[in-house]
Amino acid sequence: MDLTLSDEQRLLRESADRFVAETFTSDHRKKAANDPLGYSPDIWKQFAELGWLALPISEAHGGLGGGAIEIGLLMEAFGRGLVSEPFFSTVVIGAALVAECGTEAQRQAILPKVAEGALTLAFAHSERAARFDLAHVDTTATKTAAGWRLNGSKITVLDGAAAGQIIVSARVANANGASGKLALFLVPAGTAGLTLRDYARLGGGRGCSLDLKDVQLSADALLGDGQDALPAIETVVDRAMAALGAEAVGIMQTLLDTTLEYTKIRKQFGRPLSANQVIRHRLADVAMQVDEARSLALRAALMANAEPVARSRAASGAKAKIGRCARFVAEQAVQLHGAMGVTEELDIGAYFKRLLAFDTLFGGSAHHYRRHAALSGRAHA
Amino acid sequence: MDLTFSAEERAFEKEVRDYIAESLTPEMKRATALTPSVFSDPDIGMAWQRALHRKGWGAPGWPVDHGGPDWTPAQRWIFEAECARAGVPNVNVMGVKMVGPVIIGFGSPEQKNFYLPRILSGEDYWCQGYSEPGSGSDLSSLKTRAVRDGDDYIINGTKIWTTHAHHANRMFALVRTSDGERQQDGISFILIDMKTSGITTRPILTIGGDHEVNQVFFDDVRVPVANRVGEEGKGWTYGKYLLEFERGSGIASAKLREALKTISDLAGSEITGRAIEDPDIAIRMSELEVDIDALEMTELRVLSALQTGQNPGAVSSLIKLRVSEIRQAVTRLGVDVVGQDGLAVEPARPLYRLNHEPVIPEDLLPVVPEYLNSRAYTIFGGSSEIQRDIIAKMVLGL
Repeated sequence: MDLTLSDEQRLLRESADRFVAETFTSDHRKKAANDPLGYSPDIWKQFAELGWLALPISEAHGGLGGGAIEIGLLMEAFGRGLVSEPFFSTVVIGAALVAECGTEAQRQAILPKVAEGALTLAFAHSERAARFDLAHVDTTATKTAAGWRLNGSKITVLDGAAAGQIIVSARVANANGASGKLALFLVPAGTAGLTLRDYARLGGGRGCSLDLKDVQLSADALLGDGQDALPAIETVVDRAMAALGAEAVGIMQTLLDTTLEYTKIRKQFGRPLSANQVIRHRLADVAMQVDEARSLALRAALMANAEPVARSRAASGAKAKIGRCARFVAEQAVQLHGAMGVTEELDIGAYFKRLLAFDTLFGGSAHHYRRHAALSGRAHA
Repeated sequence: MDLTFSAEERAFEKEVRDYIAESLTPEMKRATALTPSVFSDPDIGMAWQRALHRKGWGAPGWPVDHGGPDWTPAQRWIFEAECARAGVPNVNVMGVKMVGPVIIGFGSPEQKNFYLPRILSGEDYWCQGYSEPGSGSDLSSLKTRAVRDGDDYIINGTKIWTTHAHHANRMFALVRTSDGERQQDGISFILIDMKTSGITTRPILTIGGDHEVNQVFFDDVRVPVANRVGEEGKGWTYGKYLLEFERGSGIASAKLREALKTISDLAGSEITGRAIEDPDIAIRMSELEVDIDALEMTELRVLSALQTGQNPGAVSSLIKLRVSEIRQAVTRLGVDVVGQDGLAVEPARPLYRLNHEPVIPEDLLPVVPEYLNSRAYTIFGGSSEIQRDIIAKMVLGL
């Protein structure tokens, strides 16, 4: 039992914190918000040089073999700076899906490119009718003579427009219709039949919806060798939720720090806001929730390789409660900044919106408490 | 970073589990489960203290030269977790975890030689004389006065909320020996024999129906000056040291997990009409489980810092606050799980020695009283409001 950081981990955290503080300033963020790409390729190159893109990729595939703890350290730092580079979609999700599901040839073809910053990935899975149910996929994949044909619609494809390859989930159809098996396909950007509608995502970064109309793919577009992809999707999404939790902790910590400073400086009725007990107690509650969120994000990361039920319970529990904490911390940060908190003139709003986005991604608190209850054998939840 | 214990620690865990299995009697276990207040009667708690003492585990937090087992923080964690899992009785924490550490830290050699072995063996049963009718959260405003008379102090005044004063043979008390500039000055830390003439005890019944706390009156009570711990007038420092122990001694998550499991088992049982089938109950169960997961990780983070010689900081207030709130939420859920059977109040005590057949199933008996009594968790040991003041000042630097 040891929850202290190793020397390497401490160095990683320090360098990430420093890089983020120097690079992701308020001005940078405002520029990025108007950038159609949503991030800076120069900075992406620096991420690669720092080894961050290689971090969780295995050494056999050009990576550094790091794990959920290292990802969490980076994500927390990214949260503090509201980083909008497609690290989460490319490395945390995309590369992980390839590593979990892909054939060795696919891993060799994709993972080293991700590690060196030459390829970005996106995951097109969510569908409107599915709400947050990972198993609900109506998009179909039909076997053809030449390979596969995909039809369907996806929503909330993070960083989809900038991705070199989009990993699309679909239900494999046979002669009688759907077979019940989920599969993942590597779809190169610009493939005929793809229609992307790109948008600036709430809280920073880009997202898109994706229509697939008779998208023709070669046989080797199928990720892996035909096994049901759902367990791998669940594994990767559970781990991704732990990573998002760490990012949320970074965002919350920044909101707490900023709000503390503000309440010390801002004077009303001849004294600082922080002299009022009602403010002090509110901030104590905010600090407590940030700490609880920190504990749960860490716990979910430490359980990332546990057996599936334990892993999913930890991930859903963390997502559910961190989401609730995030809403509270975000809303209190705005409240305690007064009217200024509701304007675009302060950064508070951007952090607020990123936490709102966090809470709903992959399912909000209510969904994940239900999933936790169901996984715990509280069957009727 | 990892959450797993080493092979040695696993072996220790087994040793603890085995020892509990052989020495915890079914009677102790049942009495603990059916005690809706914090402490079982001393015959239960002290029997367990003696069992621990036989094994050399009577005071896990004490230094080895005073009879502590010399455990690492991880071993203490494992011990507490195993005790919680097995449902062992609470021992006399006022002795082992409160006055013991103060005597070790600030007592004279004579005091150490006399009192510490008696705490370990369970010969002495301690109560804590801190709060007064006029001094609750504002503890240092206390007025009970000790006036020097030769080699004695003569004590007059009153203490309240004194847990098990009606069982205790000794009390440690904060009393005023002089008036200083600040109200924290002039307080002394005194050890009192409860059989001394002039001491009377009045029972106070809690809303749960339990006699756990008392008011204690001092009427010209003569106590030797030799019973003062440390310097005269420095009692506040010692008392605060103890409060830190009271707040931070908590490895509470394991106990809360067991309390939730008890409620969960009831909810899954026919005796509550399978309350778990109510989706609201099921979700609240998960919410609380996650709250306990978070608390456990925070406790483990503190433990890990202690293991590597780091100072965990002022996190104990944070933990005290969450423990008390979660405890209350668990007992509140318990009330909802029990439903209308909760109205069948059983006034007799102790619940594990009733002379009649209770109206409702025995396992349901302590649930509502536990909820009622648990309202005290956010009040004693520094109320939640005081804890938030402390967090604002010590953690946030406001």
